[in-house]
Amino acid sequence: MAQNSLTPKGPLATKRALQLPLVDGFLWLVRIAAIAVILVGAYNSLISMRLSGQQWRDLVVFGLAQGSVYALIALGYTMVYGVLRFINFAHGEVFMIGAMTGFFVSDALARTPLWLTQPFLALLIVLICCMTVSALVALLLERVAYRPLRGLPRLVPFITAIGASFFLQYAIAGLFGVGVKSYPGVPALSGSFTFLGFRILKVHLLVIVVAVVMMAGLYLYIEKTKAGRAMRAVAEDQETARLMGIDVDQTIARVFAVGGALAGAAGLLFGLVFGNVNFFSGFLPGIKAFTAAVLGGIGNPIGAMLGGLTLGSVESLGPSLVLVGLDIPSAHQLKDVVAFAALVLVLIFRPTGILGERVSEERG
Amino acid sequence: MALLGIRGLTKDFGGIRAVNGLDLDVDAGQIISVIGPNGAGKTTLFNLITGMAPVDAGEIALDGHDIVGLRPSQILGLGIARTFQNVRLFPEMTVRENVMVARHCRTRSGMLTAILRLPSFRREEAQTRRRAEDALAFFGARLVGWRLETPARSLSYANRRRLEIARAIASDPRLLLLDEPTAGMNPQETQELTGLIHKLRDRTGIAIVLIEHDMRVVKGISERVVVLDYGQKIADGTYREVAGNERVIEAYLGRRATQA
Amino acid sequence: MAEQAIPAEVLEAAGPTLLPARGVDLRRSARLGLTAGGVAVFVSANGMVEAFSKRDIVGPISLGYAMLLGVALGFGYLAGRPPQVLQGFAAPRPGWRNLVGGLLAGAVAGAVMAVFLVLIATFEVRRIFLNIGPELVREAPRLLTVGQDLGPGLALIFGLATALGGLAGTLHLLRERWRRAVLAAVLWVVLFGLLASVVIQVLRGIQTQLRLWTAPIADVLYAGGALSVAGVALVAAAAFGASLLRTSGRRRRPLRRRLDQLPDTSRRLVRVAVLAVLLLGLGLLPQILGSFLSEVLNIAGIFLLMALGLNIVVGFAGLLDLGYVAFFAVGAYTTALLISPQSSLGLGWVFWAAVPFVILASAVAGLMVGTPVLRMRGDYLAIVTLGFGEIARLLFLSDWLKPVFGGAQGIIRIRDITIGPVELRGPQAFFYAIFLFVLLATYITYALQDSRIGRAWAAMREDESVAEAMGVNIVVAKLSAFVVGAMLAGFGGALFATKIGSIFPHSFNVIVSITVLVVIIVGGMASVPGVVVGALVLVGLPELLREFEEYRFLLYGALLIFMMVNRPEGFIPSGRRAQELHEEDMAQDAWLRERAADEREADVTAPAPRKAGEG
Repeated sequence: MAQNSLTPKGPLATKRALQLPLVDGFLWLVRIAAIAVILVGAYNSLISMRLSGQQWRDLVVFGLAQGSVYALIALGYTMVYGVLRFINFAHGEVFMIGAMTGFFVSDALARTPLWLTQPFLALLIVLICCMTVSALVALLLERVAYRPLRGLPRLVPFITAIGASFFLQYAIAGLFGVGVKSYPGVPALSGSFTFLGFRILKVHLLVIVVAVVMMAGLYLYIEKTKAGRAMRAVAEDQETARLMGIDVDQTIARVFAVGGALAGAAGLLFGLVFGNVNFFSGFLPGIKAFTAAVLGGIGNPIGAMLGGLTLGSVESLGPSLVLVGLDIPSAHQLKDVVAFAALVLVLIFRPTGILGERVSEERG
Repeated sequence: MALLGIRGLTKDFGGIRAVNGLDLDVDAGQIISVIGPNGAGKTTLFNLITGMAPVDAGEIALDGHDIVGLRPSQILGLGIARTFQNVRLFPEMTVRENVMVARHCRTRSGMLTAILRLPSFRREEAQTRRRAEDALAFFGARLVGWRLETPARSLSYANRRRLEIARAIASDPRLLLLDEPTAGMNPQETQELTGLIHKLRDRTGIAIVLIEHDMRVVKGISERVVVLDYGQKIADGTYREVAGNERVIEAYLGRRATQA
Repeated sequence: MAEQAIPAEVLEAAGPTLLPARGVDLRRSARLGLTAGGVAVFVSANGMVEAFSKRDIVGPISLGYAMLLGVALGFGYLAGRPPQVLQGFAAPRPGWRNLVGGLLAGAVAGAVMAVFLVLIATFEVRRIFLNIGPELVREAPRLLTVGQDLGPGLALIFGLATALGGLAGTLHLLRERWRRAVLAAVLWVVLFGLLASVVIQVLRGIQTQLRLWTAPIADVLYAGGALSVAGVALVAAAAFGASLLRTSGRRRRPLRRRLDQLPDTSRRLVRVAVLAVLLLGLGLLPQILGSFLSEVLNIAGIFLLMALGLNIVVGFAGLLDLGYVAFFAVGAYTTALLISPQSSLGLGWVFWAAVPFVILASAVAGLMVGTPVLRMRGDYLAIVTLGFGEIARLLFLSDWLKPVFGGAQGIIRIRDITIGPVELRGPQAFFYAIFLFVLLATYITYALQDSRIGRAWAAMREDESVAEAMGVNIVVAKLSAFVVGAMLAGFGGALFATKIGSIFPHSFNVIVSITVLVVIIVGGMASVPGVVVGALVLVGLPELLREFEEYRFLLYGALLIFMMVNRPEGFIPSGRRAQELHEEDMAQDAWLRERAADEREADVTAPAPRKAGEG
């Protein structure tokens, strides 16, 4: 089709016709290089047997646990994107505030007997506090920073969100200090057990279970309740939803609240897994969760869950699998590079995600 | 040989065939109206010709050379310019700048010459400016003078339409595609624009294809009328021929009656 | 333009604030008061008041107190402001309601603050809120109760806030002209107080360098580093008078216009003279400013250089790049590798020999980042570039590439810039190098803005697909924006490396990108003077007032939100927005057409009244 025997007038020279192939070629080169690096690295590290099977399985479990946390955060991104079509960059900070709340509440509870006698009740209280506070912050954010900007080009709320992100970070730093806060230990969650050859830390099991329960709850909420239906309607078409008598403002606020609550829960789980949190803790998990949301097909809650688990595993396994195989020293130092590389590659090559269904309407 | 030749042009949008095996020839210097009910695929046809939407099947040839798959900017460079149904200007740029952008493909100065302000750059810039003002002067006094420096968004609706046409003219096209140029204009303005389109063709000899809903305009302006329905050409001829065509009447009255 | 011209549904959609006010809007005042109280509590709780209380700016009033007073005054002013009315409606006359609005807001704010004071006096919250220490209320300085015990302190705070709110509200009773003059006076007093060290240094510097007797002025204006009573009076009077003069009824012709009317030769002469004076002033500037202030200017200059580059990418071309720091890092590392004798290359070249390589490296980096994101939408593009920026930093930091880039230890002993035999050592000398590059970047920015590629960028920013349809090759336009932006950042990095003398990966984190972004957004997108002022204020000021450092990103975040919520139209005016405003325009156009019917033939020369067309 492209047999151009044209001799165009003006400066339209052949180099112009070549530009796209050049760009495409470059992208293909990147693609092939990425695949080659992954394959060679994986092959080398697998045949070198540097890690035992047990260690691989540990990495998988850890990856799933951290992936569940990402998935919970990613749900917030994806839901907001679904209704408003913009990236709520400050969502990572909502998560971080959840983790902070978790620290303060559990720190207080750890000094009561409840922490030892009824650890799960105590954790439930902490969880509810985290979810409430994060939901409130998300609501506040929506009210103050985003609602006035509805209908503007989406870069405007996006930049606002960047501002909100830094404001929240440094507000927390100013109020609570910049130091790292260490979660109190939960004796009931220390130790591990073995299941199907996988050695699973109890904390990781709790994290995965809580995340799964939350996601199931969210699924039911979106699919079965009236409020959930309203959310889906608003995501499809705000104007029509409004005409059908749905309170769009309230529905959007509810989306932020639900997303915030999930991020708050993720904050607590993050605190339980990694043990500490500071004002900057929201940045990296936020970006990674956004990657997860895109990876799963942004706007799609199920996709966000899958994306989160995938990204968690990639980040956990990637350095050992690929980088060690390439003889890169201190490969785990580069685990964030792996995450960012995943982000960049996903956005470049598969911006529609694994379950990219909504994307056709998202052009422009 | 026709200036623009279209053979078997087809475009699908997710199961809906917007353009279906369309054949169309446009000769140099012709004024053709494309009419048809809403959703007949008229605007899609323009998008396909200008490269703004990928062609699914078929050929589009300008001067006998295939232009399918070229970038829109290349197609403009080859001499096909267009306007948009829902006027798409660069709202924050001034009236003059809007038109100067269209000279992009006819100029060549790069960044280095711009930074060094070489004589060639100054010459080209001055020429670009003049050509832009010439194109705007086509509409008489409406878009020149103090209006040159106003942002496009501050123009009235009719003036925006005019500015869009001036922008297209400034690129020295051989074929001009106008998407509902008189939409939103009052009868007086419509009449004026009709006269100008004739004048433009007579002066420059370019071919003009316009999508139009106002039948008085179609009658007054076009040497040939092409009727589309469901992405297919159902009639092609003079206004009189087409107006008497049974399929056309059916296509319009059959559905139009319920719409209007 | 009678009232009937505005249909009822438009009024309804416009919301209650646009309707003619029938009384005091108590709810609005109370809400503003609550916000003011919240802000005051926030800045007290996060330690700003305490940190700022060490710098006296006007007599005994410290910056911390000034901030609290400013909150009360500012929100009181807002609360006292008469509600906006639609065109065609009469604005309510100023009167007691302005005073009441301000008083109410002040009282609510004071009450909020009082509750906060009682709370922190009663409970020990330091374990959670690290910055709420005993010296705020309980112990010696008792900052928040102005040294009083809790009881009298509360009364004082409440009374003060109410009084200040009311005072600010009464400003609206003044005529516009006088009000402006008062505001100008207040603003300049605060500015002179804030910049005390700069003003003193400049006045002294002028005396030593130019032998003008300016130092005594400093002694009159300032006492102990803060504005003295005489200083306040002088500055306020000057600002007040200048403002009144500027708005005086007999408006004099603007200078620009008068210049234009001069004959060609004298105009050129004036221009040359102005330029010469400017250059002379700038040449002497580092000597006058002294070493510390020159250093501040240098840092601001480096950020300015980057901001000018990012302005091309974001402001001109509309591509939101959040990983801009990567180019800065590339420039810095290229320079360091080439001119430090202790780098892995160990070449030890002179600075100027490295410049071509800086250009090359940053251009390549620009292409590498720009190419993959060509087809990406705005927000995705931002995130991907953010990812690139972080990857770059992590790689520079990594042990893997330590043999090349030195890992966390960075690269040290980067040689100074030399011009012939002269070494640009020390901030005062370095100023000239920065100044040279900033001048160059400014020129390049202006030259490109008003050129073929500049128009292509602008068209692309407004509507990408139409720009392409109008002949702009988007691929070329995008990549060239990335490359030019990258080069300017690369220069910034090169200067940064030689200025500091050693570079470490942690200097190149995302915060730098955000800072530059804030500079151009707050300064005003695509406006070069705005960017210059933005860099000086947003980067220079925190460097000057070190206690700001801890809170600068808090401020940046708040500024970003504020800018976007209040004037988003300054940013990325897109075709889509124009379409959304379309329906309004249609109505307006219909009206315009009717009105313009008679002036149709003869509207060429005289600009018609443009009020209605704007907005």
